This record gives sequence, structure tokens and C-alpha cells, in this order.
Amino acid sequence: MKVLLGIGGSDDSIRALEKTVERTANVGDDLTVAIVDNPAGERSREDIETRVTELLDERGVDAPVRLLDGDPGSSLVDLAENEGFDQLVLGGGETSPMGKIQIGNIAEFVLLNSHVTVTLVR
Amino acid sequence: MSNRTFSDAVADPYDAPPLSFTDREDRTIEVRAYDGSDEEMEALVEMYDAFDPSDRAQGIPPGREDRIRDWLENILDEDCLNVIAWDGDEVAGHATLVPDGDAYELAIFVHQTYQRAGIGTRLIKALLGYGRVSGVEKVWLTVERWNRAAVGLYQTVGFETSDAESFELEMTIRLAEPPDEEGG
Repeated sequence: MKVLLGIGGSDDSIRALEKTVERTANVGDDLTVAIVDNPAGERSREDIETRVTELLDERGVDAPVRLLDGDPGSSLVDLAENEGFDQLVLGGGETSPMGKIQIGNIAEFVLLNSHVTVTLVR
Repeated sequence: MSNRTFSDAVADPYDAPPLSFTDREDRTIEVRAYDGSDEEMEALVEMYDAFDPSDRAQGIPPGREDRIRDWLENILDEDCLNVIAWDGDEVAGHATLVPDGDAYELAIFVHQTYQRAGIGTRLIKALLGYGRVSGVEKVWLTVERWNRAAVGLYQTVGFETSDAESFELEMTIRLAEPPDEEGG
């Protein structure tokens, strides 16, 4: 399966990265990692890229890493639709101090606009 | 993380618990602050274990007893404020304030058997009263926009919508004037 993982710098993105790379290593999906500019994220693009490369090397997974500019949600949806991906994977949201799940703006946009199947990682 | 807006006006000073009242089904309901005991914690676990999953909000209460316990341990911590509505030794409802920077996040749950009896309004007022006497200044919450009963309840006690841009509405209330040094 051709999978596009979209990540910014938030904690749920990093969790989605770890779980998706793990899954790819186990089932042999055709994975592409897209790094977007998430203004709500706490990590810089360079830090994220380093983390991605480390993790891919660790698990022996060969996946291209793409840097996307512009609006994160729409650039992910564009890429997924235009390049024939089967699935678009995103972080599943942060939790509030109370423990409530809060879906971020990017996931919200993607869920409502993507014609490609969306997976939110919990 | 917080760019939430809070009203300048302070909400009504609701009474702090303990208090009691008769609900619309003629049950005597007592509202008390959580006493920190294992017995009360177990009564809460029982209430949430029997909670209708269709009344869950953004993933809480969780759906399995071990997860309910993890979640409760977190929100029954001593820096949180918890108020319980009792029908005898059975929990009818539970409301909580969890610290988040200089504000507190609120949630309230009334068991299905006790809904539409006026308990939610009394319980949330008691929690806000408890917050006020405990020095809480600002409170926020999120609520699914389709949940009109809940949105109506929050508006009734003085919450105002502060963010309507996301899936969930965010609402806020001020319980006390800001301290002078912040006043500017």
C-alpha cells in the first residue's frame, strides 16, 4: 500500500511517525514522509527531519522524505491525491489536561477535504 | 499555549459545597467535595463503569475499567478540584477542575439515571463555588457544538464562547478579578 505520512512538530506527529515506521517495517508498505510547517508544533523542521532519518535508519525502512511548503492541510491533500497514494496518515490529536482528545487544525482540514482514506494514529 | 480570551466580568458567586437539594424526581441529592478516600474513588469508578458510551465527550470517560482508573487517578490528584453529587452512597454526577497553567479546565458528567433532573446545574454551580473559594481565577472547557443541552447549561451558569473555529466550541468564565500586578 502506498502511504503518505504527514507530520509537523507536535507530539502526536512524532507518535504517528514512530507507529507508522514500525508498521512499515512489519508489513512493507511503500511509505513517503512529508514534513509540513505546523505553526503549533514545538520542534524545528531540522529537528523533525533528523528524527525521521534516525528512525528510518534504525528500523531499516527506506522512505523518501519530502518538505512541503505553504498551507499544511491542503499541501498534504494535494500530494496524496495527485501522486496516487492509498492512505494519508496523521497524528490523532493532543489531549487536554483533563484527558479530552483535541483534533488539530491540519487533521480537521484533511478529514473534511481529502478524497484519499485518512488514518489518525492514536 | 494559552491565547484564550476570558470575560472581564466576574461570574455570579455560587455557593461552595457541601449542599443538598431535592431533584425533579424527588431524590435527595447531596453535593460534596471529594474527600480523597478510596471509598469515594471506588464509587466514582462504579459510576463511570456503568456510564453510557454515547455520552462520552472527546474520549472521556474512557471505556474500560483500567483506563477509567488511570484517568481518575490523574484528575483526582490533590491539585485538582473535584465535586461529587450523591444519592445516598451512589454517585449521581461528578464535576472536576484540572489545572492548566494559570487557568483550570472543567468537565462534568451526570449518570444517565440522573439526567434531566436538574442535577447538572446544581453540580456545576457547586464546582464553580468551590473554585471561587479555592482561589481559581479562570476556567475553560470544550464541548461538542451539537450538544445543545451541555452548551445551554454552560451558558446558564455564565460561560461565554471564546473559540468557535474548531470541531468543538471552547467556552470560558472568570471567577475572580485578576491579581493587581497583572491588571495593567
